[in-house]
Amino acid sequence: MATFSTNEFKSGLKVMLDGDPCAIIENEFVKPGKGQAFNRVKIRNLKTGRVIERTFKSGENLEAADVVDTDMQFLYNDGEFFHFMVPDTYEQFASSPANVGDAAKWLKGQEMCVVTLWNGQPLAVTPPNFVELTVTDTDPGVRGDTSGGGGKPATLETGAVVRVPLFIDIGDVLKVDTRTGEYVSRAKT
Amino acid sequence: MTEWRPSAGLEALRRRAELLGAIRTFFAERGVLEVETPVLSVYGATDPHLDSFCTRYTGPGAAAGRAMYLQTSPEFAMKRLLAAGSGPIYQICKAFRNNEAGRYHNPEFTMLEWYRPGFDYRSLMVEVDDLLRGVLNTPPATLSSYAALFAHHLQIEPHSASIARLRDCAADHGIQVSASLGEDRDGWLTLLWSHLIELHLGGGGRPQIVCDYPVSQAMLARVRPGEPAVAERFEVYIDGVELANGFQELQDSAEQRRRFEENCRLRRMGSMPEMSMDERLLAALAHGLPACSGVAVGLDRLLMLKLGAGELREVLAFPFDRA
Repeated sequence: MATFSTNEFKSGLKVMLDGDPCAIIENEFVKPGKGQAFNRVKIRNLKTGRVIERTFKSGENLEAADVVDTDMQFLYNDGEFFHFMVPDTYEQFASSPANVGDAAKWLKGQEMCVVTLWNGQPLAVTPPNFVELTVTDTDPGVRGDTSGGGGKPATLETGAVVRVPLFIDIGDVLKVDTRTGEYVSRAKT
Repeated sequence: MTEWRPSAGLEALRRRAELLGAIRTFFAERGVLEVETPVLSVYGATDPHLDSFCTRYTGPGAAAGRAMYLQTSPEFAMKRLLAAGSGPIYQICKAFRNNEAGRYHNPEFTMLEWYRPGFDYRSLMVEVDDLLRGVLNTPPATLSSYAALFAHHLQIEPHSASIARLRDCAADHGIQVSASLGEDRDGWLTLLWSHLIELHLGGGGRPQIVCDYPVSQAMLARVRPGEPAVAERFEVYIDGVELANGFQELQDSAEQRRRFEENCRLRRMGSMPEMSMDERLLAALAHGLPACSGVAVGLDRLLMLKLGAGELREVLAFPFDRA
């Protein structure tokens, strides 16, 4: 298995740490003029999403993690697995709801996602930054109120609930930012 | 596109020239002689925490070629001048350290180093402070011992604390470190120092001088016996950045040889390249080094602080990745 020394550490590098695949976020070289050199690293556990700090003695090695990000289209959810396909090759992957995580609430089908594969198996799913979804339930719209003040919850066709302005009605198609979970605008139809 | 432009602005280069001028004036007014010594030497650094660049000379006197090392500091050559009776001397030169690159490290950097026969290390601290006040406009420096800082920030007595105690302290502060630090007591001290103490030193731009290091970190400093014995060594910090390292210089040739031998032992243990000890320095010490103190200041870092820059590359015309 390939290894990386601390001298190869950089943002984005995928390594194995405590048995889990991780991505390096930040790497700082620390060394007193007369003393041991260290690398202080911020690293994201790709399974849990948690960010931890870890210090390495400079010169140490970490095993490389076989992790690749692949663009895939979300096909459908069969109740047990979420199915994705690589458009170029038609190769399909099934991912458990646990690995799809929060992305699931933005996916209705056809969306292009980034599926992170670890040893060839889906590990995590990143939805598109913006999705367009139909409102299936919300309090009746207040016509003319475009102040944006206040707001109310609205349930979308995927089950996600977002905070929307008062003028939004059932049946409206909304543009939502999946990174923040916030309403952006009504979709232009 | 090939990156050919400097990473430092022209203003930074102008300020560097001014800084060099101010330093030369400072020493000229005090009767300290500027010297130059070789950057290339047949001896590299034995210190296990320094990694010398190695190159090869081939030519008259070495038909088959001979390994030569780029200096990690001009210390040994300058001590030979002192032993030869030079009197007070300073040097502004490039120093080279392999394996060191980061926000505050460039593998080649500019060093100011000076020696004061007849000064004890406390007198030299005052002179360092004078220089900083002159070129950086800093307020007067504060002084703390290494032990006092450990006690204040971590409630630890660094001269006597066990490795287990240091390891627990790191864990208590959420520092997760790879296991390979093992039984390296100074490694643990350095870990705590660099993660938990250093950032507090010299806050608000007021220089903080740290003195009296553990004997195990004496390097080339004299040891003062006592309970505990301490190394007569000091460092200067501003805004959490290590700026200078000074010693009450070790004069004892036999003790210097013992320390070199210990360095070599540690290098073998750590499977590091073996380095011959500098016999010319040892001969000079045997001849007699005047009682003196010396200090090295990282000039790129000094300029960085002067300009309020966040990293070295802002003050280097061409940092290593553009060299």
